[in-house]
Amino acid sequence: MQLKLKVWRQKNAKTNGEFQTYSVTASEHMSFLEMLDVLNEELISKKEDPIAFEHDCREGICGTCNLVIDGRPHGPMQGTTTCQLHMRSFKDGDTIVIEPWRAEAFPIIKDLVVDRSAFDRIIQSGGYISVNTGQAMDGNAIPVEKDLAIKAFDAATCIGCGACVAACPNGSAMLFTAAKVSHLGLLPQGKVEHTKRTRSMVDQMDKEGFGNCSNVGACEVECPKEISIENIARMNRSYVAAVFGSDE
Amino acid sequence: MQWILNFLTSSIGKKFVMSFTGLFLISFLIIHLIGNLQLLYSDGGEAFNKYAYFMTSNPLIKTVSIGLYTGILLHAFLGLAIYFKNKKSKGKKYAVSTSANASFAAKQMALLGTLILAFILIHMGDFWFKMKFTDQIIPVDYDGMQVKDLYAQVSTTFSKPFFVGIYILGMIALAFHLWHGFQSAFQTLGLNHKKYTPIIQGLGKIFSILVPAAFALIPILMYLNR
Ligand code: HEM
Ligand code: SF4
Ligand code: FES
Repeated sequence: MQLKLKVWRQKNAKTNGEFQTYSVTASEHMSFLEMLDVLNEELISKKEDPIAFEHDCREGICGTCNLVIDGRPHGPMQGTTTCQLHMRSFKDGDTIVIEPWRAEAFPIIKDLVVDRSAFDRIIQSGGYISVNTGQAMDGNAIPVEKDLAIKAFDAATCIGCGACVAACPNGSAMLFTAAKVSHLGLLPQGKVEHTKRTRSMVDQMDKEGFGNCSNVGACEVECPKEISIENIARMNRSYVAAVFGSDE
Repeated sequence: MQWILNFLTSSIGKKFVMSFTGLFLISFLIIHLIGNLQLLYSDGGEAFNKYAYFMTSNPLIKTVSIGLYTGILLHAFLGLAIYFKNKKSKGKKYAVSTSANASFAAKQMALLGTLILAFILIHMGDFWFKMKFTDQIIPVDYDGMQVKDLYAQVSTTFSKPFFVGIYILGMIALAFHLWHGFQSAFQTLGLNHKKYTPIIQGLGKIFSILVPAAFALIPILMYLNR
């Protein structure tokens, strides 16, 4: 299949970027990233600068393959990362527009690669369990209600890609932060520090300059792991509980 | 006390203020609608005028109305402040915009709110301001009780197609604002539940159509029956 790509090219954080147009021949069995690999090989053989894009696992679990494809983070397929998106989702002759994540808190490093270390700092502010949780068998010895286990597991599937921020018209990181808060806080080992964790993670999220949630819900639609905004409501509840229910 | 300030300036705290003031305004809409439907009685405006007199003279209602003005101002200015902060947080927009992941109403809350604010200013300038601060509204006599004839003022306004149009547009903006806002207020407060959220969303949609439609019906009917 013959495609036209309009790709955002930007040297570094300081320069202004612009779209450049490329033609590429791909097969519909290729993944989206393989199609970009083909284009990059051509660019390299022509001694041009290849397009910088992030990728690692290419199996939908690492959360680095972050591209906005035709206005949608991770492209048109529901619940799918860019690396798991295949060219059969497109038609011969299509023009595809590829842009980086857009958010103040995710500055562009080069072309389609953005700096997501704001997420790391949110995790560092409380996204862990500091009490001793024992060995694997100790985990199995603690009964967990099935419903809670499912909710915690669903939240734990968040791969930290940032598509939620990219999709949000407010550049808000509520879905990511809420997924982490729920994942840990719903389980007995994480419950101990739940309210304190919620408060410090939300405060860090605000400090990073992410926007305020308006419950638009675009995050939930674009999230490759289909994390529900139910988690955001849970985080709002525990944030208020943390602020009003603690001594600090 | 610093913690209260920290809460109110946090992202979630600001949204709590938006949600509470929004819900307060929703409750006001219900009261306001019930009162205004008296405009449609065919009694020459007596019931409505007496009601308007009660609403502007009763001390309890006067106190509540101060809360209402504060609520509107707080909701409007905080809403706009959040809008500008969010615009900055988003940064550059995408070259391709999509409607695949969000509704028009959800994305345009600030625009819809500004339209509502403009409507409220026109509306209050025409009725509330004239009623309270001028002698333009001539009193009528009901069994020795002197009451300003607000009904006559309302009838005059609603005999002009231009004003009827403004009221209809204002109510369309309100309908879209509530289409997203009603259920959003509950989500903000953390009230999300597998069983109850669909009910809240359903009620919100019914409310957001019925209430603005009923408000809009008043000028339309008064115009047709003028
Ligand atoms: C009778 C009039 C109004 C009613 C009943 C109303 C109701 C609501 C409700 C229920 C919400 C949802 C709150 C939440 O998501 O937690 C909301 C949000 C909002 N309102 Fe209003 N509103 C009114 C007038 C206004 C006005 C005059 C403005 C002025 C600009 C405004 C601007 C906004 C904005 C920007 C939001 C979104 C805030 C956010 O999600 O962060 N509203 N409104
Ligand atoms: S919540 Fe979804 S979209 Fe957001 S970072 Fe996690 S996996 Fe990505
Ligand atoms: S490359 Fe790891 S999720 Fe796509």
